[in-house]
Amino acid sequence: MDRRFFLRGLSALGCSAAAHPFLTTVTLAGSDGGAPLGDHRLVVVILRGAMDGLDVVRPLGDPDYAALRPTLAGQTAPLPLGGGFALHPALAGLHGLWSAGEAGFVHAVSTPYRDKRSHFDGQDLLEAGTGTDLAPQARRDGWLNRLLQAVPGVVADTAFAVGREALPLLAGPAPTRSWTPELKLDLSAQGRRLLEQVWHDDPLFRDSGLAALDLAAETDPVALEAGAMPVAADRGTADIDRLVDFAAGKLRQETRIAAFSLSGWDTHVRQEAAIRGPLLRLERIVLRLKQQLGPQVWGQTAFLAMTEFGRTVHENGSRGTDHGTGGVMLTAGGALRGGQVLGRWPGLAEAALYDRRDLMPTSDVRAWAAWVMAGLYGFDRRVLEGAVFPGLDMGSDPGLVR
Amino acid sequence: MIPRPALCALRFGTGLPVPAGAPLDAAAMLDALAGPDLAAASRPVAGFAEARPLLAAVETARSARRRKRERQPTDGQAGAEAEETAVAEAQAALRALAGAGLRATVARAVGAADGFRERLARFWADHFTVRARKAADLPLVLAFTEDAIRPHLTGRFADLLRAATLHPAMLLSLDQAGSVGPNSRAGQRRDRGLNENLARELIELHTLGVGATYAQDDVRQLAELLTGLTVDPAEGFVFRPQWAEPGTETVLGKTYSGKGMEPIRQVLDDLAARPETLAHLARKLAAHFVADDPPADLVAALTEAWRASDGDLHAVCAALLGHDAAWDGPLAKARQPWDFTVAALKALGLDGDGVAGLPDGAFRRRVVQPMAGMGQPFGAPSGPDGWAEEAEAWITPQGLAARVAWAMTQPSALTRGRLPDPATFAQRALGPVADDRLLWAVARAETRALGVGLVLSSPAFNRR
Repeated sequence: MDRRFFLRGLSALGCSAAAHPFLTTVTLAGSDGGAPLGDHRLVVVILRGAMDGLDVVRPLGDPDYAALRPTLAGQTAPLPLGGGFALHPALAGLHGLWSAGEAGFVHAVSTPYRDKRSHFDGQDLLEAGTGTDLAPQARRDGWLNRLLQAVPGVVADTAFAVGREALPLLAGPAPTRSWTPELKLDLSAQGRRLLEQVWHDDPLFRDSGLAALDLAAETDPVALEAGAMPVAADRGTADIDRLVDFAAGKLRQETRIAAFSLSGWDTHVRQEAAIRGPLLRLERIVLRLKQQLGPQVWGQTAFLAMTEFGRTVHENGSRGTDHGTGGVMLTAGGALRGGQVLGRWPGLAEAALYDRRDLMPTSDVRAWAAWVMAGLYGFDRRVLEGAVFPGLDMGSDPGLVR
Repeated sequence: MIPRPALCALRFGTGLPVPAGAPLDAAAMLDALAGPDLAAASRPVAGFAEARPLLAAVETARSARRRKRERQPTDGQAGAEAEETAVAEAQAALRALAGAGLRATVARAVGAADGFRERLARFWADHFTVRARKAADLPLVLAFTEDAIRPHLTGRFADLLRAATLHPAMLLSLDQAGSVGPNSRAGQRRDRGLNENLARELIELHTLGVGATYAQDDVRQLAELLTGLTVDPAEGFVFRPQWAEPGTETVLGKTYSGKGMEPIRQVLDDLAARPETLAHLARKLAAHFVADDPPADLVAALTEAWRASDGDLHAVCAALLGHDAAWDGPLAKARQPWDFTVAALKALGLDGDGVAGLPDGAFRRRVVQPMAGMGQPFGAPSGPDGWAEEAEAWITPQGLAARVAWAMTQPSALTRGRLPDPATFAQRALGPVADDRLLWAVARAETRALGVGLVLSSPAFNRR
C-alpha cells in the first residue's frame, strides 16, 4: 500500500504514538472462536450514476417540495413513511420490510465530495472513503479493503466483489475475491496445470487466473445466455437474481462481506420513467437477498446502498434532475434498526440549500457506515476514523445496529 | 528488447500477423495515416444521414401503434396487428443496419493494413463516448464514429471536438437535444429548461479533465451557451435560435456574446486550446498506447508537439511514434476485450472478408456476445467516461475466465475444426514475444484446442 497515504490517515489522529491500526489486534464482537469478523454479514451496494434521494424518499411534508418538483411530485402515489416522508412507489415491495423494521433510510447524506459533481470523481471518493484532501491517484484502496486490513486472519473468501466490473471499494492489499456467477470453464486437469504455468510469471494474470480457476470449479455453471446484445436498460432481473443468489450462497458460508454495484441512476431526462427500472432492480436485490439468506443469516446482515451524490432539488428542463449533493442511503437487514428515516432534514427553502441548488448534506455517509461496522464487528473508533475512513469524525452513535 | 516491426503490430496496431503492405516502422505508419482512410472506403458503415430514415421509420411506426391503441383502449393489443408488424419490421431493418455496421467495424480492424488508424479510431470514439443505452441506439453509435471521429483522426483536435460535440448522437446521448434556455422564447413559452449534462462532460471528460480548475458556474454558463443545439428528426443536427438563452455567458473567465452558432464555435475552440486540455489528452494518449502510468517525458513530448502544432493530431502521433519510450520496455498494457477479439480472429487466420462472411448467428455468438462477457459490450460502457484504461480493470478473475472460455472453445468453431498446430500458432500470434514458458506449456497440451487456448489465454497474447 501507499505508505504516504497510510501515514496521512494516521496523522489525522493527531497522535503519532497511536498504535499502528493494521497491527492492532481487534477484538471482534460476535466472533465465533476466532473466525474473522464473526457471524455478522455486511453487504454494500454502490449505486452508480447518482440516485435522486428526493424522489426515492420524498419529503412530502416540506412546504417547498411540490413547487420544486412539479411533474415528479405529482404523477405517482408514494407510500407514506411517516414524519412527512413517503416512499417512491417503485419500491413498494420494500414497504413490508420497512414496517417490520428491516429497511430504513438516511436522508441528506453525502461524502465529502463537493462542487464539481463528477460521477467518476464522486464514485472514486465514495469507494476510497477518504476526504478530498488526497489527490485522486493517491486513493488506491477502497474502504472495505482497509477494513479487512485491520482484521487478523482474513482469507480471500472473507470478502467478495460480485459482478463483471472491477469494484474499487474492495481493491487493496487485503485478500478479497471477485467473481460473476454466469461463467463456465470446462478444463481438463492438464489444462488447469498448464494454464497455471503459462500465467506464472505475470502476477496480475497469476492472481486473477488462479482465483478464476478456483471459482469456476466451485460455482454451479450457468451458461451465457444467447440472444440480443446485453445492454443495461434492456436487462430484466435474471442477472440480478444470479448475482444475489451467488452472493447469498457465499455469505451463508465463509464470506462476511459482499459488495457490488448497480448503475442506471443518472436520470437527466424523463426521470419518472427512467428511475423505475433501477428502483425495481434495487428492490429485487433486497428482497431476493433476504429470501436467499434465510431468516437466521438475514437477521445477522446489514445492507447499505449508497450513491456518489444526490441530484438537484429543482427538476430540470427535461423532466429530469441534474447532478447535486445531498442524497439518500438505503439500509436493510435484520442487524439494523429500520422503519425510520434517519438524518437531520435540512429543508428545501432556498436559503437552506447547498449552493442554492442542492439538498444540503447534514451528515457524512461514511459516519453511518463506520457506526454500522463498529456495531457489527466491534471495531475501535480509532481504526475507523484513522485507517478505514482517514480523517472522519464519526460523531455520536446513532444506534443503527440492533 | 522487442523488435520494432512487432511493436508496430502489437502496441500500435491490431495484432499479429500483419497483412501484406502493413507499415512496419514509424515513418511508414505516419505516411499511411496521412493518406486516405482505405478501410472506411472499402467497408462502408452507415453514417447518420443513412441511418436517419430507419430511425425515423421506427418512431413513425411506434406512434401509429400508440394512436391505434388509444382509439381501442379496451381491446389491448388486439386489432393493432398491422401496427405491431410495422414496428417489428422497422426495428428489424434498424437491427440489420447495426449488425452490418458492427460487422464492418470488426472486419476493418481484422483486415486493415493500417492498424494504427483502427486503434486511433477506437481511442477517440472512446474519448468522446456516446453510449448505446438500448440496442436500438447502436446505429447512432456507429454513425458517430463514422461521421465525427474517423474523418478527423489526423486533423486538428478543434475540428474533431466540434464534429463530436455537434453530432446528433452526442447531442442525444448527453441530453443536450432537450436543453432549452430558461429565458429563451421557447423557455418562456413552455415549461422547459436547461440540462447541464453535455456542458459538464465537455469540460470534465472531453477537454480540460476533472483535475483542472473550474467551477459549477462554468458548467452552468456553458450549458446556457450551448442552448439551441438540438436534433431535428428530419434534418439531424440543427441550431434553434428560439431555444438559445439570451445574453452573455462567462466560461472559464472569458465572456461570450453574440447570436447563433458563432459563440458556440468560439467556446469549443477555446476549450480545445486550453493548456489543461493539452496536458489531459497528451497523458491520456500516452496512457492508452504505452503504459497505464506513462513516462513523464513522453507525456511532456506529446504536450509540446500538441502546443507547437496548435493541436494537429498527425503531429501529435508523430511525436508519440518518435519518442524512445514508444519502443521501449515490456508490453505492459492489457488488451481490452475488443483488441483481444480482433487479434484472436487475425491469429486464427481470418481476414476482413472472413469476418464479413461469417453467418449472422456465428458473428453474434462468437464475436459480439463474448466481448460483453469479457466486460466490454460494444458501444455500451456504463458511463460517458468510456472504458477503463488500467490492466487491473480487465484482467479480473471474471474477465480473464471469460477470455479463457473463449480461447478454449471458439477457435475450433471459427476454423471449422481445422485448428492450426499450436506451436506454429504461437509463433504466428506472438512472433518474438512468444516466451519459453508458454512454448513449454503449448508443447505439453493434450489437444490442439488446448494448445491454441493456452496461447490465447497467455499474458503474452493478452498484453500489448
